[in-house]
Amino acid sequence: MFEAFDATLLARLQFAFTVSFHFIFPSFTIGLASYLAVLEALWLWTGRAVYLDLFKYWLKIFALVFGMGVVSGIVMSYQFGTNWSVFSDKAGSVIGPLMAYEVLTAFFLEAGFLGVMLFGMNRVGKGLHFTATLAVAVGTFISAFWILAANSWMQTPVGHAVAPNGQFVPVDWLTIIFNPSFPYRLVHTVLAAYLTTALAVGGVGAWHLLAGRKTEGTRVMFSMAMGMIAVTAPIQILAGDQHGLNTLEHQPAKVMAIEGHFQSHPDGAPLVLFGWPDMKDAKVLYEISVPKLSSLILKHSLDAPLKGLDTVARSDWPPVPVVFWSFRVMVGLGLLMLLLGLWSLLARVRHKLYDWPWLHRLALVMGPAGFVAVIAGWVTTEVGRQPYTVYGLLRTAQSVSPLQAPAVATSLLAFIAVYFIVFGAGILYVLHLMASPPQEAEPGPRPGPQRAAGITPAAAVASGERSTP
Amino acid sequence: MIPIDLPTIWAFIIAFAVLAYVVMDGFDLGIGILFPAFEDRERDRAMNSIAPVWDGNETWLVLGGGGLMAAFPMAYGVIFSALYTPIVAMLLALIFRGVAFEFRWRKAEHRKYWDIAFTLGSVVAALAQGITLGGLLQGIAVNGRSYGGGWWDWLTPFSVAVGVALVCGYALLGATWLIMKSEGSLLDRCYPLAQRFAVATIAGMAIVSAWTPFLANDYYRRWFAWPQVLFTAQVPLLVAIASVGFFFALRHRRSYWPFLIALALFALGLIGLGISLYPYVVPRSITIWDAAAPTQSLVFMLVGAAIMVPIILAYTGYAYWVFRGKTADEGYH
Repeated sequence: MFEAFDATLLARLQFAFTVSFHFIFPSFTIGLASYLAVLEALWLWTGRAVYLDLFKYWLKIFALVFGMGVVSGIVMSYQFGTNWSVFSDKAGSVIGPLMAYEVLTAFFLEAGFLGVMLFGMNRVGKGLHFTATLAVAVGTFISAFWILAANSWMQTPVGHAVAPNGQFVPVDWLTIIFNPSFPYRLVHTVLAAYLTTALAVGGVGAWHLLAGRKTEGTRVMFSMAMGMIAVTAPIQILAGDQHGLNTLEHQPAKVMAIEGHFQSHPDGAPLVLFGWPDMKDAKVLYEISVPKLSSLILKHSLDAPLKGLDTVARSDWPPVPVVFWSFRVMVGLGLLMLLLGLWSLLARVRHKLYDWPWLHRLALVMGPAGFVAVIAGWVTTEVGRQPYTVYGLLRTAQSVSPLQAPAVATSLLAFIAVYFIVFGAGILYVLHLMASPPQEAEPGPRPGPQRAAGITPAAAVASGERSTP
Repeated sequence: MIPIDLPTIWAFIIAFAVLAYVVMDGFDLGIGILFPAFEDRERDRAMNSIAPVWDGNETWLVLGGGGLMAAFPMAYGVIFSALYTPIVAMLLALIFRGVAFEFRWRKAEHRKYWDIAFTLGSVVAALAQGITLGGLLQGIAVNGRSYGGGWWDWLTPFSVAVGVALVCGYALLGATWLIMKSEGSLLDRCYPLAQRFAVATIAGMAIVSAWTPFLANDYYRRWFAWPQVLFTAQVPLLVAIASVGFFFALRHRRSYWPFLIALALFALGLIGLGISLYPYVVPRSITIWDAAAPTQSLVFMLVGAAIMVPIILAYTGYAYWVFRGKTADEGYH
């Protein structure tokens, strides 16, 4: 028994580790691909060189991050089989087709046009190159659509039947895809990706502004990023609130854990700001709370009753401290993002956007905040789904492969070592690129593949040397 | 006769994805395997010849794995947990080689390390894929709907032999790809490399083919029972013809033929694999019908595959077309 639990826990740790690391990259590339498309569109539209310089500057970073996203993503699509074979057997007929659609409609699109986007500027002409950039951006969004549909079905499973052998059998695909939590999760996650990217871009801009490099490129990217944050942060807070209400409806135990409500509150539940949830004694230690505020937020009424974890069997409790704290990290950072957005608006109105060092300092510190918030939010929703993989229907302990603990422990250690070496180096390279400001006539990603001249006219035409007929 | 039903159609779609993966990522893994044989500028050129396409090539691996999960979920779970170690090794190796494409250009003083990572990653990924295939062919212990064997079951002389054969095969694909895409010193280097690895690949195919029928009676009957031997005998015959053609094309320093014939050799290998396996997805224990997902899943995906696969092939073809011809190095504008 202890053996089995151990292997399950290790398999969960391995999945959590690999998916968290992976998620950092797409949460950046989803936003960055769109940002690149906007930059290229602005360049084509206005003809201003600064947009092309910024495009090439961020393209190099995009190439690095995208590559890391691809290789860490392949791990995910195989890990369902290696570590979660029982889950795959039971839920594969629902989850598998959604992931297959992700591969067919998104991964190939991104991969097919990435090469043209990175190296094809001089080969295909501006219009086609822009099409390639758009295809990659759209691909990242389609990818988010399918994988979040799959994930949301695991959170709020509908549209299926259960066969005698325990397999989930799809009945209505539209119901499965547009399951109750999917629209909320999709909006919340994609906005998170945009915010994450805006914060990273803004952080880089702020760094160069603080260092006195107030070039046109630096100013344009800082301004665009701050504008994006000012618009997106409040929308994200609204979207998050709606997502929370949706969770209250479909996964109340998750919200109870988020709120730290071990007890039911028949006449208005307090909002626990901080504290340490103690699962053994079912209470929050060192609690600091505001009376009745939780009922106001969740039920829009001060005295509305709210049920607590005392109405849920202990065997169905998620790990409360993890969910409680990861949620607070996410919300706290979200409020700081709102502050940054509002402050930048004030600076913009007063024409001081490039002159307030404290604004730039906050923007710099908040540069990585999006990544932390994304991981914290993901932990909240995934750990909050425990102890189930398919919520309410298939327990995590009954989803795992018949693995022995030493085998999983070894692979987990190998993943940790490899990820820290490889992605550690990758992140250093990204920071290295960010450390120098965008230049005028910024070079492309790297000495890309050039074809020997003269074999076909396409390259010569694209580079402006029309061959005389 | 092979019945036409959904599991069979899906078995063919996944076989196609596997073939597409093996030949496409095969040549770029092969270039990684051959990397130590090249000098600096040759390495840059070799890498540039695959940089725009490697990512798309590797996507077929995701389609193969994801498709297996979606169409044959039980088999996906059984096979992947049985072959845990080689699959994890492959995934880790693919990480090293995948990031090397971008990382090696970022810092000159780190380049030699990422070149080593590129080579080791490519060799280990190829070896692990071969071992995975060998581990599947030699049979997997099944208990109910799960894997029922031990943790070292996959490691046998046979599976290692398949692994080594696949490393040679990928190196052959890489060398012939570069024959098509390169000029000058790199091209001169690739002809003898292609020759050597062709000999090794064909020997590897012969050894694995001769070994397989003796792993279990079932394979023996499939290959040698009368009258289907009339059909199965065509496969080694075609391999022999292709091999002769290959060395002929090499001697005459043809550009495209060596690569095309190498592709044909891989396709024949896959047909041979199909003869050994079909209709089992796990030999002698799970057929494609045992493992198939419910009809609703298979139909839903078939609609997507029927629409998307031709589109994917079209724009993948376009991406290859954009970067067609010989790849020159960066100094050459």
